[in-house]
Amino acid sequence: MWPANLAGASTKEEVHRSVSNAENTASEVRDVIIVGSGPAGYTAAVYTARANLKPLLLAGSVTAGGELMNTTDVENYPGFPEGIMGPDLMENFEKQAARFGTEIQFEDVTELDLDGDIKTVTIATGETFRARSIILSTGSAYRELGLANEKRLSGHGVSWCATCDGFFFKDQDIAVIGGGDSAMEEALFLTKFARSVTVVHRRDTLRASKIMADRALAHEKINFVWNTGVEDVLGGDKVTGLRVKNLLDGTESELAVTGVFVAIGNDPRTDLVKGKLDLTPQGTIAVEGRSSKTSVKGVFAAGDVIDPTYRQAITASGSGCVAAVDVEHYLADLPVA
Amino acid sequence: MSNAKDVTDASFSTDVLASDKPVIVDFWAEWCGPCRKLGPILDEISVEYSEKVDVVKVNVDDNPAIAAEYGITSIPAVYLFQGGEVKGSVIGARPKQYFEKEFADVLS
Repeated sequence: MWPANLAGASTKEEVHRSVSNAENTASEVRDVIIVGSGPAGYTAAVYTARANLKPLLLAGSVTAGGELMNTTDVENYPGFPEGIMGPDLMENFEKQAARFGTEIQFEDVTELDLDGDIKTVTIATGETFRARSIILSTGSAYRELGLANEKRLSGHGVSWCATCDGFFFKDQDIAVIGGGDSAMEEALFLTKFARSVTVVHRRDTLRASKIMADRALAHEKINFVWNTGVEDVLGGDKVTGLRVKNLLDGTESELAVTGVFVAIGNDPRTDLVKGKLDLTPQGTIAVEGRSSKTSVKGVFAAGDVIDPTYRQAITASGSGCVAAVDVEHYLADLPVA
Repeated sequence: MSNAKDVTDASFSTDVLASDKPVIVDFWAEWCGPCRKLGPILDEISVEYSEKVDVVKVNVDDNPAIAAEYGITSIPAVYLFQGGEVKGSVIGARPKQYFEKEFADVLS
């Protein structure tokens, strides 16, 4: 599985140490630092590198490559008529960014100081970097059901990553929670292993794209339980079932499954900027119009972290391009130091 | 995956359970993307804390018995063993600092 927030492993002490380090170690002021390495971050890197801005990309230690690293076939990213594996696509992104001189470090950002003309970025080792502009492309994290037993049974039947964990559920009955594209992708993938896959969804229609929905609806191993919410995950040492509730008539029942894959959506990863940048009511970083400009001068944002609606690899990538061009214009308009 | 020594269903009790030193066990598989991310992090831990702990790995594809015995259904799963008992576990790929905090009893 692949739990939510992998971003911050920092402690108070580390933060304080890094602040005192800021003046000492971070003498170089870069043009741009990019935080996050999904399609948005890498595209911003390709564009800013080609604009000769020598970007530093802080890619994350275990989140590098972003959400596509946990997917298999990507069939809707243009330019790959036969489809491409998610991890392969991200490796291509990385190579392309590196080719034009992006400095890529697989480090986790723990603190951002966005005030003033020079921004400071602190990573988990305490090291700091400074730049005139920042592009935030931190993406989003898997949403959890928020049940105590979901947490307790994580790794013992509760999972967020079908490609990682499907193997453990050979010939078993499992449930997928959710009705979007990710849920359908997980359900379809899991049919390779499971005896049956039951999709539990809160509504009576799928939010997934038609092609994914049709594939799942037609699959003989996949059953659907509509208008139903998950009340609890059952089991002692490992999952034995779900307690579910029909949202129309309020009746509760149990569903006997040994595996539960949660795919109920994502939340933008904004922990680093809470209280520092304006957020939208949906929780994404607020940007000005069609631009990538955040509420703080010199700070730009791109990809899923600003997008409550589309959240595709290609839209994130386009958004990363927008941020790169905005940064170019911003730097060009700065008074010469 | 890490460069750590491979432990199998057959060698688990000797290499892990009977070890004098605490042992960190990385349960992984070839097809698990996050496992590949975690490899270099465990390698760093292995080098940095070589006097305090051994780091080994178990390929769950080839060695299903051990993973089943510990009820593992998600990988990467990293377990800390000491004196033949599980002293801690981390599910999912996490940054190095996370392991240092979770396994602070031996990594400090």
